[in-house]
Amino acid sequence: MSTFLRRHGRGVLGLAIAALVVVAAVAAPLLVAHDPLESDFALGLKPPGTPGHPLGTDQLGRDLLARVLYGTRVALFIGICCVLLTAVVGGLLGLLAGYFEGWLGAVLMRVADVQLSFPFILLALTINAIVGLGLRNIIVSLSVAGWVVYARVVRGEVLSVKEREFVHAAQALGLGRARLLFRHILPNVAPSIVIVASLQFAQFIVAEAAISFLGFGVQPPTPAWGSMLSESRDYLYVAWWLAAFPGAALALTALGINLVGDWLRDVLDPRFRV
Amino acid sequence: MRAYLLSRLGQTVLVVFLSLTAVFFLTRLGGDPVLLFLPMDIQAKDLTEFRERLGFNDPLPVQYARFVGRAALGDFGESLRYKQDALGLVLERLPATLRLGLTALALTFLVAVPVGVLSAVRRGSAIDFLGMGAAVLGQAVPGFWLGLMLIYLFSVRLGWLPTGGTGGALHFVMPCVVLASFYAARMARLTRSSVLDTLNEEFVLTARAKGLAERIVIAKHALKNSAIPIVTLAGLDTGQLLGGAVITETIFAWPGLGRLTVQALLNRDFPVVLAAVFVFSVTYTLINLAVDLLYGWLDPRTRRARA
Repeated sequence: MSTFLRRHGRGVLGLAIAALVVVAAVAAPLLVAHDPLESDFALGLKPPGTPGHPLGTDQLGRDLLARVLYGTRVALFIGICCVLLTAVVGGLLGLLAGYFEGWLGAVLMRVADVQLSFPFILLALTINAIVGLGLRNIIVSLSVAGWVVYARVVRGEVLSVKEREFVHAAQALGLGRARLLFRHILPNVAPSIVIVASLQFAQFIVAEAAISFLGFGVQPPTPAWGSMLSESRDYLYVAWWLAAFPGAALALTALGINLVGDWLRDVLDPRFRV
Repeated sequence: MRAYLLSRLGQTVLVVFLSLTAVFFLTRLGGDPVLLFLPMDIQAKDLTEFRERLGFNDPLPVQYARFVGRAALGDFGESLRYKQDALGLVLERLPATLRLGLTALALTFLVAVPVGVLSAVRRGSAIDFLGMGAAVLGQAVPGFWLGLMLIYLFSVRLGWLPTGGTGGALHFVMPCVVLASFYAARMARLTRSSVLDTLNEEFVLTARAKGLAERIVIAKHALKNSAIPIVTLAGLDTGQLLGGAVITETIFAWPGLGRLTVQALLNRDFPVVLAAVFVFSVTYTLINLAVDLLYGWLDPRTRRARA
């Protein structure tokens, strides 16, 4: 029991937190009676514990619990979209660049160098400022800034996997390229893709919140944690709860995902470091 | 060594050139910013004249060629908002960002390396448990939220620290802690795993076998050999600290490059955006070069690999 806990304790805790977050997102309408956009000016800036509003209300009298819970949906939706997009596009490009080396690999790695000569958050922010605000554009911006990691990791793995004997054997048997790539090489690099995805997931959610916090990204009145925190700055002297709860929800979500990610990495590949 | 340095510097120039090109076309993609800077009731004639003056009427390749020609001489044009040389404006703000970033980096090292080493040496102890627990939390808590909570506690409630701006040493406290928290957490974890790896090496066994004090085994033999991953991460982080500064500077009204960049992006002040991109990517790639040179000193084996 104790060795199980030592090895999998973090994973269990992380999965429990992640399950909580998913339930909050899926069941938001069942858990709270208020609409996150319904304002009531007579009830503005009420502290936590106000009857009917357990976490209090914001400057427009909107229920904070409803906004935090619906914010979970926004955060998870953005995180999942970004992870899927970057894993598929980055993974595919990395696979091709590793297998065909040549000019494709060279161009791809040069693009990766350019992207990596920039802090991730600044890159995503710049792209977002230029392509425009809103939910769809923030997903695009984060994905464009984030695919490089997969491409690099997958390419590196493919370079070594394709020299292994079973690949040569499959080639000697006359297998087509597509079959070789997707049936024999892809399963061998899949654990790395899963690990990178789990590490990137929390990063995407936090980056989205940071970008929305700076005034780009998701715009009010959509209940996104980042823009809620941004609005809370004006009321920090009078309403601490507006800053405390959305941020705590964000930190808890990131913690859950990170714990699961660490655990996956330990279980799937102890040597892996990003 | 000389050839290696030259080729690396050549690569730096190429990377900076390519990133400027990418951002140049991105900014032109988003439409021209002229309308944002002129009054609502402007005449069409004045609009054309203003565009003409800034060169927005020329075909894109012409604009690009002109941009490259001038940028090579360090001229990114005039800020549309401040009517000042864009690069000058950016360079003026750079020292504030570097001061903040380097102080945060020092804080990161001072906290993370001792915590990581202690956690490794006393593996499974209360120190290990607390240290790593704090590190996992530190990685999950977003800096800008930590910043807000610190402002609420230390400025609003207790009145001990200023909410933002620059001035004395007190102004450094919260921005540095916020900037360092995430990186210190990651570095502490990496230090721990790196030291644990080294402690299993045979030369550590030898050092112990010949009767060296444990303190010396750790300090002289284990630590220097654990340093490579730590230095790599520190190098990567120094660059990322520049990115983190974008958010931290905005929260604490710190007059640095990050805040200037955010404002320039909000105002679509593209000359300043391009100048900031230039300075960011030059700084970042030079830091990476410095990190690679440090390897050679830490691990002579990598020197031969290059030749």
